[in-house]
Amino acid sequence: MIHKFSLLDRNIVVDVESGAVLTLDPTAFALLDYASAEMPENPPEEALSAVDASESEIRESWNELREMVSEGLLFAPAQELDPDITKVMGFAPVKALCLHVAHDCNLRCKYCFASTGDFGTGRKLMPPEVAKKAIDFVVKRSGKRQNIEIDFFGGEPLLAMDTVKETIEYCKNFPEKNFRFTITTNGVALDDETIDYINEHMSNVVLSLDGRKPINDEMRPAPNGKGSFDVIVPKFQKLVKDRKPTGKDYYVRGTFTKKNLDFADDVIEMYNLGFDQLSIEPVVADKLENIPSEENRKIVEEYALTEADLPTIYREYERLVEEMLKNRDFNFFHFNIDLEQGPCVIKRLRGCGAGFEYVAITPEGDIYPCHQFVGKPEYLMGNVFTDGFDTKIAEQFGRLNVYTRPDCADCWAKYYCSGGCNAANLAANGALDKAYKMGCDLERKRVECAIALKVREMEEDA
Amino acid sequence: MMKHVKVIAGATLKATPGIGCGECQTSCQSACKTSCTVANQKCENRNRK
Repeated sequence: MIHKFSLLDRNIVVDVESGAVLTLDPTAFALLDYASAEMPENPPEEALSAVDASESEIRESWNELREMVSEGLLFAPAQELDPDITKVMGFAPVKALCLHVAHDCNLRCKYCFASTGDFGTGRKLMPPEVAKKAIDFVVKRSGKRQNIEIDFFGGEPLLAMDTVKETIEYCKNFPEKNFRFTITTNGVALDDETIDYINEHMSNVVLSLDGRKPINDEMRPAPNGKGSFDVIVPKFQKLVKDRKPTGKDYYVRGTFTKKNLDFADDVIEMYNLGFDQLSIEPVVADKLENIPSEENRKIVEEYALTEADLPTIYREYERLVEEMLKNRDFNFFHFNIDLEQGPCVIKRLRGCGAGFEYVAITPEGDIYPCHQFVGKPEYLMGNVFTDGFDTKIAEQFGRLNVYTRPDCADCWAKYYCSGGCNAANLAANGALDKAYKMGCDLERKRVECAIALKVREMEEDA
Repeated sequence: MMKHVKVIAGATLKATPGIGCGECQTSCQSACKTSCTVANQKCENRNRK
């Protein structure tokens, strides 16, 4: 299978099964429509009349395409799986926790999938004893894995800094493991001491900001309705300025909705504010029929993305990638791609790890497949105090991959996306393995942009 | 030297080993939290050639 597209003034072909990426001139690009894995010696007669080039140019291009096919870089056959891969598909040690240290929040973001912080289960903070049990749980379940990721999440995790600090201290009891900590914060409760602590201990920090002030303030207000931009931006600027010399990761991460379909301007605003590691995600909205109150339905209707927005969003991703080509001083999370030495095959088959490698722990110690499943009783996997762990749910998630998801079979981007988000699939279609179509459409567009940008950067750096 | 076709990246998928070491970050962990992508993930296999 191949995928061809034109972007950033380049004609690009992705050979899905080999992972090869080629650029073609207009003649070869047009001729590709007549090419296949068989590739006879001569181009078909209809190609000679249809492609706008001289016969000698067409024949020359045809021969080059034939060479690519014979080298396994075009129309490569489907991956033949190592039998060992299928053997381990249902099992992997737990190696990452999303630790919900606070089911409470000091903002009232209108699109919050956590029901303004408490996941619909009541406002509470995680006691340190629960966090320590969660660490025991992951250490025990991680087997030989050395790297263990702990993401302090919420709600707003800064509301539970005592638990955060005790957890990190407790992890020192396991020197055989390499713990890497991330915190995802809205920034409201940041002070100088907390900034110092985060920069010293967290290998990654995700700072939530939606870009331009009016956009941010409309969707991310405080409980009193006042916008958060003026409070958080100076704190984020200090954190990032202090952090840069450490070389540690950070992301300023936003959400875009129907209200800011011109979201490239929000990414550019983040850059103008002094940030250079950036991400913006399409909003995740409940289905309208699942929202009981009419008032809330109206709010969601105003911001939720629909398929009708797709052409505008595609154009906006293109505008963003054009900006990035002009100015390579900032990174956009979804446009980072490694064409040479990226993730291995098994990672590309079932990337997210939710439910088997990665689980979420609530303030009570309940275990869920990921942060987006918290509060759904049918996905409760156990509790850290009883060490109970529903391996049936883990296996169900572990077996989900691009070969077991029917919608991935014919998708050119399957090895870049790894099968999409289980939670998004469930929310949209009521099934973990039934693709959320709009999420797939957006992912394919982002991957096209990422590949085109990489092609141009590689050319410039050559 | 080809005139009409340029290879930007070769057959990288086939060159990868059969089973991953599992030491890499889980993909939702870094910055997205609401979508899934692996293309931007770093490989952390120290033995990978």
